[in-house]
Amino acid sequence: MAVRTPEASPGPEAAERGPGPVKVRLGVNGRERGIDIEPRVSLLEVLRAELDLTGAKRGCDQGTCGACTVWVDGRRVLACLTLAITCEGREVTTIEGLARPDGTGDGQLHPMQEEFIAQDAFQCGYCTPGQIMSAVGCVQEGHATDDAEIKEWMSGNICRCAAYPHIRAAIRAARDRV
Amino acid sequence: MSTSAEPSTSPIGRPLDRVDGRAKVTGAARYAAEVPLPDLTHAVLVGARVACGRITSIDASEAERQTGVLAVLTHENIGKIAGQPPLLPSLAGTVAPGETFFPMQSDQIHYAGQQVALVVAETYEQALHASRLVRVEYAEQPSVTVIDDARDQAYEPEAIFAGFIPGRAQRGDVAQALEQADVTVDNTFSYAANHHNPIEPSAATAWWEGDRLTLHDTTQGVTATQHTVAALLGIPHTRIRVVSHFTGGSFGAKAMIWHHPTLAALAARAVHRPVRLALTREQMFTGCGHREEQEHHLTLGADQRGRLTALRHHKLSLTSPFDHWAEPSLGVVGQMYACPHYEGAYHLIRANTMTPTFMRCPGEATGLFSLETSMDELAERLGLDPVELRLRNFAETDPASGKPWSSNGLEECYRRGAERIGWHRRAEPPARDGDWVIGLGMAASAYPVYGPNNPARARARVYADGTAVVQAAVTDIGTGVLTAMTQVAAEALCLPVERCRFEGGDTDLPHVAATVGSSGAGMVSAAVYAAATELRAQLVARAVADEGSPLHGADPDHVVVRDGRMMRGDAPDTGESYAELLRRNFLPDSEATGSWGPPPHDVPYAALTFGAQFAEVAVDPELGLVRVRRLAGAFAPGRVLNAKTARSQLMGGMIWGLSQALLEATHMEPNTGRWANASLGEYLVPVNADAPEVDVDFVDVEENLVNPLGVKGVGEVGQAGVAAAIANAIHHATGRRIRKMPITIEDLVVAPEA
Repeated sequence: MAVRTPEASPGPEAAERGPGPVKVRLGVNGRERGIDIEPRVSLLEVLRAELDLTGAKRGCDQGTCGACTVWVDGRRVLACLTLAITCEGREVTTIEGLARPDGTGDGQLHPMQEEFIAQDAFQCGYCTPGQIMSAVGCVQEGHATDDAEIKEWMSGNICRCAAYPHIRAAIRAARDRV
Repeated sequence: MSTSAEPSTSPIGRPLDRVDGRAKVTGAARYAAEVPLPDLTHAVLVGARVACGRITSIDASEAERQTGVLAVLTHENIGKIAGQPPLLPSLAGTVAPGETFFPMQSDQIHYAGQQVALVVAETYEQALHASRLVRVEYAEQPSVTVIDDARDQAYEPEAIFAGFIPGRAQRGDVAQALEQADVTVDNTFSYAANHHNPIEPSAATAWWEGDRLTLHDTTQGVTATQHTVAALLGIPHTRIRVVSHFTGGSFGAKAMIWHHPTLAALAARAVHRPVRLALTREQMFTGCGHREEQEHHLTLGADQRGRLTALRHHKLSLTSPFDHWAEPSLGVVGQMYACPHYEGAYHLIRANTMTPTFMRCPGEATGLFSLETSMDELAERLGLDPVELRLRNFAETDPASGKPWSSNGLEECYRRGAERIGWHRRAEPPARDGDWVIGLGMAASAYPVYGPNNPARARARVYADGTAVVQAAVTDIGTGVLTAMTQVAAEALCLPVERCRFEGGDTDLPHVAATVGSSGAGMVSAAVYAAATELRAQLVARAVADEGSPLHGADPDHVVVRDGRMMRGDAPDTGESYAELLRRNFLPDSEATGSWGPPPHDVPYAALTFGAQFAEVAVDPELGLVRVRRLAGAFAPGRVLNAKTARSQLMGGMIWGLSQALLEATHMEPNTGRWANASLGEYLVPVNADAPEVDVDFVDVEENLVNPLGVKGVGEVGQAGVAAAIANAIHHATGRRIRKMPITIEDLVVAPEA
């Protein structure tokens, strides 16, 4: 949120926003979405409750588990610690939009999704969308050159079923396909 | 492996990808708090701030004034439950409340976090905000929340575990045998409380249509939820449907039915709209049980050759004010080795906590740590290789009952595990790698094979297009049971897997108990196999009786089926498909049901799933750091239904063992009676960087007794013994015996020399 400073005092419009519902426009999976939300609402809650995109999971609401990982402008973020209103004018990508930017898909999966299935890189599946968004990010950032690096850069996403060795195998396989 | 000599084309056992894999990797899988509903409202719970006492006042007025708030429910207005059902393990297949106490029925507070109010609002944020404005005042009383608070109040229960397990068991004369033993090893162990922390917090979505209730619940058993909520609300089972297509992990947190589904139903009735109630992460520490804080005292007696003569094992643990609960830590310990004199006893202390509950590898996770680290110490005292000591004490029959084992495989597990880890490398003094000292350790592993107390049922249907659907009310909590049952159905119907679909997770489907205690695959596969086999027989019978069929008049016992085509065994060209038979007769489908169990109470065999665990650790003795470099386990779980998902479960269990050994502890703050680290930031669980490569090996055994397909289960045995193998490896590296879990830096760091 904007900080009040003499150089950049908020305009009257910003000052008037909230605490009641305000109009916010977000780009989500390639589509412009307009929503009425209170400024205190997290990006995670907007995705799940307002837009019915429940792929991003609520695991802790404290930024500790990583199950809510999505991308904002192509970078992985924790949707539970991100206020939706701060994403105005940015592009949000969720697991539903990973294979196809518009989220419609045609049954086609992203190579990372295919490798998660092939390597059995999940069990209950609850952390999986966050793991996959993080895994693709990890490869794109160049943080997947070897297992030691994958281990470190994937340690923000807890898998309580402990599929970790298989998650590493899936990331290696997807990395090598790209 | 025990099989009915099926050809290698058998769908059972193949490493098929999960049938729900696509739904899980695309975000399409909907969990209990994700069911879209019109007019949905959101509920947030308020927990008690004190551990013992009485509510003196509740002021909900400020909360009620907040925008969007629809109701604040407390003991003053939520209404009374119809009755408290008894605590029965959910494997019984009937009511299964987590504790024999229901909150918000009076002003009494028995434990911190006990649910005292429920706020319902239009949105989650509104409910969360208002929940923090409910003012509850308490008259606090002194509480007991740790063993050290009340050692003098320990008692010996007649039975634990809903009366299923006696509080004391013995054979022979343990006192005399210990007196006469050549060697004794006598130790006390302490284990921290643990919380399951599945990544999906427990949640329920409830709505009423007239007097009919639908609940989407996070549960290990939809039928357990149905029976428990029906009893608590006093409404007929026919008016409650429970659905759980996906459950986001459980590990025991969702094995028993805790209060939130019933509270969600009560809230939905109060606001006349659908209600979604999800626990916060913090509430997961006071909403669905835990593994209790406990101490074990274990004494071994042996002769000079290392043969055990006596084993005494006592456990002291905390239970709730309501139930005599202890995880059954003494069970397998008394069966693991051929030891003539044995005594085991549970001791409990009433404390201000909720009733503890099942947590993955319940009992054996702690019991085998006590036993297997003691065995390592005995091997050291006698100068024996730890594997050799175990082989010398191999139990040819069950020492507790004297019965033969249904199947075993343990000796082969030792051999394979040792090979996989490279046990021959275990050197004295231990090898070094820079600042790290490398230790190797091992332990035996075993877990009971539980059968259900009631029949497991399934239904199979073949449609006129030749596809099949098979159903049972089983929930997939990540085990892969939906995939494995698809394979079982395909095998029994002699159809390609792609033409079979298995459905579960709904009480409208045939009854099965909750999938707990590694029993799901065994009992559900038996029912599915029975239903599908019955349907195949029914279709063959119809064909041979049908004048229009090429099989008319054939002996049904000599009709074989392949890929959905029935044919004469002696003349494979003569035959027709299920689809042709049904279509010619204008039949839309054909259907059969099947059931299995329960097995009789007094079977002439004893059944454990055996395994062996090996660990390689690196210890930096100056910094007290432990890194598990590799785990290798070999297991003999009978028939494996899907090699891929079974391997994953065992691997996950082994990493759970690592976690228990080195990370997991919920710390009680005795002055407040509250858990001090109720978050995933402070309750440590393994992350990717903690998890080594894990080597899982299967040992084939002929298993024909425990259930029709010979499935002994893989959910828990993967964890059994791992923590002991790690502790033994740490001892190998450092010479230090750490008799507690978790083992932390403070336990290992070398004090500077004076």
